[in-house]
Amino acid sequence: MAFFFEVLIGGLLAGVMYSLVALGFVLIYKASSVFNFAQGAMVFFAVLSFVGFMELGLPFWAALPVTVVLMVAVGMLTERFVLRPLVNQSEDTLLMATIGLTFVIEGVAQLAWGVEVRRVDLGIKDEPIGWLMDQAGVLVSQLDIVAGVVAGLMVTALALLFSRTKVGRGLRAVADDHAAALSIGIPLRHIWALVWATAGVVALVAGMLWGARSGVQFALTFTALKALPVLIIGGFTSVPGVIVAGLIVGAAEKFAEVYVGPMVGGGIEGWLPYVLAVLFLLVRPEGLFGEKIIRRV
Amino acid sequence: MFYREAGQYFGSYVQDRQLLPLRQDRIGMALMLAGAVVVVPYVASDYWLSAILIPWLILALVALGQNILMGYAGQLSLGSAGFMAVGAFACYNLILRVPGIPFLVAVALSGVCAAAVGIVFGLPSLRIRGLYLAVATLASQFFIVWALDKFGWFKNYDTAGVVTAQHIVILGHRFTAPWEKYLLILAIVAALTLAAKNMARGSTGRAWMAVRDMDVAAEVMGLSLLRTKLQAFAISSFYCGVGGALFAFAYLQTVEPSAFSIELSFRVLFMVIIGGIGTILGCFLGAGFILLMPVFLNTVFHAFLGKAVDSSIASALEQVIFGVLIIGFLIVEPLGLARLWQLTKERLRLWPFRH
Repeated sequence: MAFFFEVLIGGLLAGVMYSLVALGFVLIYKASSVFNFAQGAMVFFAVLSFVGFMELGLPFWAALPVTVVLMVAVGMLTERFVLRPLVNQSEDTLLMATIGLTFVIEGVAQLAWGVEVRRVDLGIKDEPIGWLMDQAGVLVSQLDIVAGVVAGLMVTALALLFSRTKVGRGLRAVADDHAAALSIGIPLRHIWALVWATAGVVALVAGMLWGARSGVQFALTFTALKALPVLIIGGFTSVPGVIVAGLIVGAAEKFAEVYVGPMVGGGIEGWLPYVLAVLFLLVRPEGLFGEKIIRRV
Repeated sequence: MFYREAGQYFGSYVQDRQLLPLRQDRIGMALMLAGAVVVVPYVASDYWLSAILIPWLILALVALGQNILMGYAGQLSLGSAGFMAVGAFACYNLILRVPGIPFLVAVALSGVCAAAVGIVFGLPSLRIRGLYLAVATLASQFFIVWALDKFGWFKNYDTAGVVTAQHIVILGHRFTAPWEKYLLILAIVAALTLAAKNMARGSTGRAWMAVRDMDVAAEVMGLSLLRTKLQAFAISSFYCGVGGALFAFAYLQTVEPSAFSIELSFRVLFMVIIGGIGTILGCFLGAGFILLMPVFLNTVFHAFLGKAVDSSIASALEQVIFGVLIIGFLIVEPLGLARLWQLTKERLRLWPFRH
């Protein structure tokens, strides 16, 4: 039984990581109905830059704001050079543009910082916590706990931002209808730049936690792709949905890998989230907490 | 001046609707085909044949499949490499397990296998669209490659992971020289391109385009969405499957799941975007562009820096340039290179006068 809980908790906490990446997707989708395929690449770029700055000799507390500024710049540049010229294009076109953006960001990241795998040291141990192991016989690392707490804090902060602040109201208005929001004087460009900057910061946090677990390497961008099924299950526009879906995907993936994996030779993790998402779509196309999709002819 | 249809009259609908109504087009096409069949095998070196021309034709075929699904039927797919893998492995197993099967039959059947798989993974398209469908096709990509890798039967229980493809043998003749393979692939690709062109301009293609432009309206007009969408998925996967079989047998000469990764899917997607969404010509232009770009960049690096650039830097730079080009094309010329060619033809028609 302890093993069962261990797998469950391990899966849930891995799910938190997916949720963190997916959060960036939701932010951008909510505000600009752009499906930002490049979020995974942004995660990679953010943490790679962070590690890069640390290697250049900056201490932790200085590297962090520098990277935040860099990510804000990336967000604003994206808004200026990719989104603004493509305003009013179909969602598919924007998706393809962000696939292009993925390539640019990944390429720039590797040109700037090289291709070797790096470690990121947050001063948090990725080892099982002693007393939990003794008391309950469950292996949970300190990093997992931190990731969970950070995800919780970020979701709360974002939820407050969306529901309580003036900027948040502007965001929701823009998400609802670009043209209407513009016509009542909401500065569309500022809002977009802000959202992309926020998504960049979210990417940095996700990347740091993920990098602490498995090293900063190119494969991060593929793992980040798993945020897509998380999004689908959670619904594209729902922040809490993403968290719940992340937990579901993380747990399902771990259970499948541990209990079914040995029968078929492993590697189920690679596709299970996607197949889960497809099955989910067939039953509930708008996701767990998404808004009902209404199409007008 | 160079490209005028003046003096060419059509006396019947049959003439008006022929594949190439203009005399200039017919002459141009005949010259091009003659050049491709007669001149190229003599002129091109083995390197050009086996490293550029053969993959160009094969990838153009795959891009054609992707374009049928994405450009004509409007179903965004990120899984073309998965269907290529199905084709490649189907071909390998058919030749391995069915004694005496002719190569061309095996290739055609592997296309059929890919089409069957494509129909299964196309089923979600009946309920979902756009972004959601893109994620669903990612599922097919990852699942297919995983299944081919994990179940030993597909690889004939080869433990090395890299299976050598059998030789291409047709009527007792073994195709080994690059120029022989080139001609074989040229023939297959030409036939399938002609078929695609005819489907695209016929009622099949019109049905696809109707569904692409507005599926509800198409349904109201009496088109069966089920039939049209699954047909597009099947035909698209057939092209990808045949392309995949040729890719493995004539280009890679090995059959391995890792060759059909998501990277390849993205490359095919880029070929279609850069070449021109919803055009046949665009598939060939786009495939050529994507293949020649690295060669061109390498030459430029050599010329400017005087030495070979580190391969990881070169590939990163290549990535950046591809990405910028994609975004650039989407912003400036969403219809791609094919549209640029069309504009050039318009210019040639009026040159040297402006109007």
